[in-house]
Amino acid sequence: MADYRKMWTDLGMDLEKHDLLCAALPGAFSEVFLSQENRPEGMDYFNFVVAEIHGVRPAELVEHKQRGGKVFGTFCVYVPDEVIIAAGAVATGLCGGSQFWVPDGERVLPANTCPLIKASVGARLGRTCPFFRLADVYIGETTCDGKKKAWEILRQDVPVHVMELPQMKREKDIAAWAGEIRLLMEKVEEVTGNRVTPEALAESIRLINRKRRALARLYNARKSSPVPISGRDALLISQIAFYDDPARFSAQVNALCDELDQRIARGEGVFSSDAPRIMVTGTPMAIPNWKLHHIIETCGAPVVVEETCTGVRYFENFVDESRVDLDGQVQALAERYMRINCACFTPNTGRIDDILRLVKEYKVDGVVDCSLQFCTLYSTESHLVQQALRKAGIPVMHLETDYSEQDSGQIKTRVQAFLEMLRK
Amino acid sequence: MITAGIDVGSLSTDAVLLRDGEVLAYSIVNTGAQARAAAERAFEEVLEKAGISLSEVDTVVATGYGRMSVPFADGQVTEISCHGRGSAFLNPEVRTVIDIGGQDSKVIRLDGQGNVIDFLMNDKCAAGTGRFLEVMADRLELSVAGLGNEDLKAERAAEISSMCTVFAESEVISLIARGVPRPEIVRGLHRSIAERTAGMANRLGVMPRVMMTGGVAKNPGVVRALSEKLGAEIVVPPEPQIVGALGAALIARKKRSGKA
Repeated sequence: MADYRKMWTDLGMDLEKHDLLCAALPGAFSEVFLSQENRPEGMDYFNFVVAEIHGVRPAELVEHKQRGGKVFGTFCVYVPDEVIIAAGAVATGLCGGSQFWVPDGERVLPANTCPLIKASVGARLGRTCPFFRLADVYIGETTCDGKKKAWEILRQDVPVHVMELPQMKREKDIAAWAGEIRLLMEKVEEVTGNRVTPEALAESIRLINRKRRALARLYNARKSSPVPISGRDALLISQIAFYDDPARFSAQVNALCDELDQRIARGEGVFSSDAPRIMVTGTPMAIPNWKLHHIIETCGAPVVVEETCTGVRYFENFVDESRVDLDGQVQALAERYMRINCACFTPNTGRIDDILRLVKEYKVDGVVDCSLQFCTLYSTESHLVQQALRKAGIPVMHLETDYSEQDSGQIKTRVQAFLEMLRK
Repeated sequence: MITAGIDVGSLSTDAVLLRDGEVLAYSIVNTGAQARAAAERAFEEVLEKAGISLSEVDTVVATGYGRMSVPFADGQVTEISCHGRGSAFLNPEVRTVIDIGGQDSKVIRLDGQGNVIDFLMNDKCAAGTGRFLEVMADRLELSVAGLGNEDLKAERAAEISSMCTVFAESEVISLIARGVPRPEIVRGLHRSIAERTAGMANRLGVMPRVMMTGGVAKNPGVVRALSEKLGAEIVVPPEPQIVGALGAALIARKKRSGKA
């Protein structure tokens, strides 16, 4: 990795602690990713981005800020990047996928908070994530109780703008979300000093739609049997989508997909075509959380689709590009984002429909429904998910886990038993 | 054809030798600190008991949490599939298997052919497992094997509300301090395990017949408490501790002959 120590010092990071993370990541990455056989060459770019995850992209953001640009940190797939980009600012995901950050989060949060929130808060307060140092403003949302309260703690340290996400999907809720997008627009204009024009918003809507199309193309390739790319690699790409420059990212994903198309034409895959095809559904997997995919795939079964926020929820459905006035564009954004099916909504039958549809589209043999520990919403919804899958005759297994490795052996046994059951 | 199954569990390691669907011999040793050494010991012991030499064994399948630490195994299969297969072999009518081992407990649903159709396993915690009973027996100055008899002497069960090994132990300490008779404490502990296990079983759905396997099935107090909680008769095989190893030996046989 190039030397970014000066940048990290300038960003006010705790270098000594951050070094521990830098020392641990290459080993984990190599074990999970580089050990795979027959990886597509197009993964090189994504390998590079991860190897330099706290360096190369943050350096671009530093440059952007030196030119007077602003950076908005986001936590959730409901926050419309389009609005931020239309004001000339950068939207970036934030750290939150490693046990490394959990102890710093537990200094201020109850132990029975989900690891994603603990790690995010810990990464900020422990000063061990450059993205958390770079963001001028964080955009929070009201997707769960843990996050709502965490914003209040983070706000003592850095400005947080919270969007109130409705929890039902009636007409008035979509209108309310459009109102929140308007407020976000005002906030972004205030912070950047730039007006969001219909032309700029139309441009950013097209930009993010192109990113969605690229990801949809990648996922479409995974419908093939044998599957041309591992679930781990696809997950990695989805995770990088939250950080990378959208135009460059889309180009790289499309280049990879050209290679995957050739593999499909040759009938070439990374798992044999009789290996059971697994869907993962549940809570998001923030980088570098690769635990479940690694276990499932080293047990011999490919993960072919994720019904998660680091999966199809991130890119399915496009924003209507035909609207040319701000009101129409905001309405189009609200409609698209409100089509995401998160367990924070009641009822959330759309998610069950999605899961059953994806089982067919991706020819799924078994579903692993995985919740991060203490995520009441997804853990509770699991009952309905399992019920619907059983009714449809699709084997399903529920797991609850966190970022630590202490339960890896046990989870491996359960996953193996599940696969033995599918293979009988 | 002779096949062997070796189940390396957290507390005990068990081996079974099978010739043409008939159990030749079995062994049970403590796992101790070295899974690999325990597997070797159990294997040597079972060969000696059967009077068979190593070269006569066609295939070995390892199972249990230490299944990857058996260098002489030809394959590894999870304890879930093995308990299912072993139980169905012992009683083809079994549709639900409740296995309580040293560090985990599981409920397995079977089709009529010994195939697993669904299962649940406890979370990363010793509550309601063999280890839980070991800790409590130690606290009560009893052997694990003595818990069943102690339960029989009770006129009622003491109330133990915590499922957590650490908290339940402090409850036991305060019951001892209050002078509650030991048999009542033991029965209370058995009920506590039964409650937790029944909760898991009911989540999966209990279909008769129900078989209980694993070391804890040797404790008639737990079996009775669980049977009451489930409202179902529970079949306990003569040697419940070796069902996993038996299943592994059966799967080894199937692997070898290639027949379903």
